[in-house]
Formats: sequence, C-alpha cells, structure tokens
Amino acid sequence: MGSFEPILTRNVGIPNSERIVVYLERGGYTALRKALQMTPSELIALVKESGLRGRGGAGFPAGVKWNFMPKEPVTKYVCVNTDEGEPGTFKDRLLVEHDPHSIIEGVIIAAYAVGAHRAFVYIRGEFLLGIKRWIKAIAEAYDHGFLGKNILGSGFDLDLSVHRGAGAYICGEETALINSLEGKRGEPRIKPPYPAQMGFWGQPTLVHNVETLANVPHIVNHGAQWYRSIGTEQSPGPKLFCVSGHVRRPGNYELPLGTPLRTILEEYAGGMRGPRPLKAIIPGGASTPMLMPDQVDLPMDFESLAGAGSMLGTGAIIVMEEGTCMVEVARRLMNFFAHESCGQCTPCRTVTQRLEEILTRLVRGQGQPGDIERLEALCEGVRGLTLCPMGDAVVNPIVSSLRHFRPEYEAHLTRKECI
Amino acid sequence: MPSGTFVPDPAQRARLLAALYIAQEQEGYLSPQSLQRVAERLGVPPADVYSTASFYTLFRTRPVGRYLLQVCTGLSCYLADGAERLVDYLRRKLGIECGETTPDGMFTLETVQCLASCGTAPAMRVNDELYENLTTEKVDLLIDQLLERAERWAALSRS
Repeated sequence: MGSFEPILTRNVGIPNSERIVVYLERGGYTALRKALQMTPSELIALVKESGLRGRGGAGFPAGVKWNFMPKEPVTKYVCVNTDEGEPGTFKDRLLVEHDPHSIIEGVIIAAYAVGAHRAFVYIRGEFLLGIKRWIKAIAEAYDHGFLGKNILGSGFDLDLSVHRGAGAYICGEETALINSLEGKRGEPRIKPPYPAQMGFWGQPTLVHNVETLANVPHIVNHGAQWYRSIGTEQSPGPKLFCVSGHVRRPGNYELPLGTPLRTILEEYAGGMRGPRPLKAIIPGGASTPMLMPDQVDLPMDFESLAGAGSMLGTGAIIVMEEGTCMVEVARRLMNFFAHESCGQCTPCRTVTQRLEEILTRLVRGQGQPGDIERLEALCEGVRGLTLCPMGDAVVNPIVSSLRHFRPEYEAHLTRKECI
Repeated sequence: MPSGTFVPDPAQRARLLAALYIAQEQEGYLSPQSLQRVAERLGVPPADVYSTASFYTLFRTRPVGRYLLQVCTGLSCYLADGAERLVDYLRRKLGIECGETTPDGMFTLETVQCLASCGTAPAMRVNDELYENLTTEKVDLLIDQLLERAERWAALSRS
C-alpha cells in the first residue's frame, strides 16, 4: 500500500473515537481556537485559497460558497448535509459514526466565518447510530463550551441541533433538504434564488456535505499551502473513496484527489474478487456515467473524470466484473431512481418510471421491438428539463451503458437472454 | 381557525417530521387519527400533514409487523451476490412475499435500496437497527433472537 497518512479518517479505528475526550487528546478543537482569533474574512480567504471543493458530488468551491453569503448581520443559517443515500456511497456515515467532532469543529468554523448563529444537522432517517452519535457529540461540545453562548470567550454564539430526515434520497439536494428541515415535503426549489441568498425560512443558508466540513479544521490548522500540497492543482486535498462491488476488499479508502483509479482498485481494494476481469466501473455514485476497463489509469479528481465524460461525484466507486448483466444493472439503478424521484417535475417522474418498466421487461425477456430506441429517446427527453440535477443525473448510467453495452440490450430483446 | 389565508407557524411546521416520528412510535404506523392529532397539536392543516407524511418512505400509513425487515437490494448489495439470496431465504423462512406480514403479525418483509452499507453487503434493517455482512446463519440466529425478545415481552406483560 501507499504511504498516504489519513487526514479525515485519522481517528477512525481509535477506540471511542466518537467521544470528545479522545478527539481532544488527538488535537481536536485546536483549529477552532485558532479560527476564533482570525476575522471571518480571513477565514473565507483561507478556505478560498485552499481550493477546497464540495465533497457531496458537485465539487463547488467551498470558499466561493462562503463568500456568497451576505456580509450584513442578518439572520443566517448553516446546514450539515448528512443525507447520504446514493447507491455506492457510504463515506459520510463513516465520518459521522467515528469522528463527529471533526465535523462539528468544521461547522463552528464555517458558521463563524459566514456569521451564522444557528446551525442544523440534517441526517438520513435510517442512520440511527449516526443520529445517536451526533446528539451525544453535540451535547459534549456544549459541555466543553464549543457550542452555545460566547464560545471560548470569543463573543461568538452558535447553536447546533440534529434533525432526522425520513427516507428521501432527494433531500440530499440542498433546497430539498431545506424544505424538509422546514417540515415540508422534500421537493427541490427553483434556483435562483440560491440558498446563500434565500434558504431556510427565507434567510441566507450555507449547506455543506459532512466530508467537506471535516476538511475545514485541517485547513485552519495547517494552512492553504499545506492543503494544496495534497491532490491536484484544481482538486486539492484528501478524499474518501468508497469502493464496492466485485473487489476483494470493499471499503472506504482515504487518498489524495488525483490518485489513479487503478491504484485505488488494485493496491487498496485488493483487485478483482475472482478470476473474472473488470467489465465496467461507476466512478462516483449511482448517477455518474460508467467507465470502461481501458480508463482505469484515470486520476480520480473532478477535472480528469469530467474530461473523460464522467463525474467524480461522491467518489463512490462501484466495480463490476465480466459476466455482470448490464441490463440488470441499469434496471436496478432505475428502480432506485424511479422510487426516489420526488415527483415534482413531470419529465423526471415519468421518464424514470417508463425507463424502469422497459428495463424490467428487457430483463425478463419480454422486450418489445423498438424498446432500445425508446430507452434512448426517454433519456434524451429528460435532459435539462427538471428543477434539480436529478433529472439529468438519473439517465447518466443508462446512456453510458447503452453506448458501451448495446449488444447486451439487443440480446435481451431478440434472444431473450444475457450475452 | 381565522378566516382568510391560514399560514401555520413556521416553527411549529418545522417540528412536523419529529412529531410524525413520535406519533408513529405509539402505534407502529400513522393512523388517520394520529395524523389528525399531529395536525391539531401543531396547527398545521391535516392535508399538509398527510401530504408530508406520504412523501417520506420511513413514515407508514399502514400497520406493519412487530419487526420490519428491510433488505437492501441496491446495486452494490446485488453485486455482492448476497442480497437476492437473503430475500429468497427470508421469503421461504417466513412464508411471506415482499410487502407482506406474517399471519402472527411478527414480521414484515420489504426490500429497500441503499442503506449506505455498500462495503459491508448484504445488509438489512430490523426496525431501526442495521445488520451487515449477513449470511443465512446470521439471519437464522437473528430471527430466533427477535422471536425470543417478543416472547419475553409477552411474558412480562402477562405477569
């Protein structure tokens, strides 16, 4: 294995790593002390300079997002997005269960930088252990004076509380998350206005993924130059890669952005699980276009994957070996997306359901002439026509699968079987 | 309720999901009566309460068994070769199809997609507890434990 010293997961595996005493022993909350000595604009400049990009999938520069927040002393909010739920993704759960304080420290610093005095954790309803860990950790942080009034004598106040979602993938989209936090159906809002202008209860709101916030204390502690020394020019810093599927050692691996996919698969995930060779890879969670075996030397960063026609997404790598039925893979993904489409936009609601129907009959050998063309037309018919990115995202794996494995779809249609 | 447009208090409305969880805890699902009670307590129109409850999969408007078994059949679990077998095994063992409840009201079987256990597949939730790296042996043991737990509760409430 390589020599990369974990940063975000440095506490994972330490006994009782979720407790504040352990976090403090290991140098926790030193970044907060340092940050509170700085001015908010210095902090924003630091995060901008570090080049930190959002780890929830979109890769938007965090410093720019902080800067979008109005500087006036109006009521502002910060939300921690723990609504991880895209098939293949299991990194945020790890951080929340094993190192919640690193995220809390990041939240306090972010809230101080943007001038928010109220922050919320929005967590997937299914993550019961994570919910418990969040609640416990927040209580500990209050007890130690890291949350509440006059934090560490700085005069800065911040309250943080946990809010449990109730089983909706779409609530990972920031405006849907805000609606859900307001006690409404988790349907995305029209953008603009963006949450930084008008978010929770109509006030400026900063929404960040768990992993993004976990980077912040390290940037404050070690500086932007240090952070930029990890990863690539345009994608600096460490990243959690979740590897699942047909590999020998599925799991979370923390590595610098830009680490070649091959290194992650072979050195960390232990290579393929059996004698069958690699067939395809979904590199960034269920909504990202597939990569082929000849692309495994790609560096895993935002720009390289975009250049290859795919996306880094959440860094969730799903590996498939030769012999995997790609029509069944597509059907299974579409079953998920059809269930999780919030139903607000007709194209997304209808297209996901129709795609699932057609893929199901192809899998069962009941395909009808013209079905493959129907799949293509449906995928085309949703692009750019929905309020949130989900409409475009859901067809990504299907379009790429059709492009690379069309004969498999044809075999299902004409011979009623897998190739 | 006053005439004109009724706007619920935003703070009360923000408590809706938490209130629905509490209500669901009482009866195991959200009955029309409990939805009505939630609406009255929060001052949110009943139609909005129902609309919100029905949006989220963790809220149930129909009763389920004492133990709700949710097996993940997402892509990673499917690839790991265990999810389908696990579902089949549970169907045979419990004698029910997915979406059904055993006649004694003990188990409901469902399939779900993605429990963020893709690296530890196959995975299943039992009510709110998550079980990972499951095998048929582990499932046998778990079902026995759940039945025992139910039996102990029954004995306790008899005494």
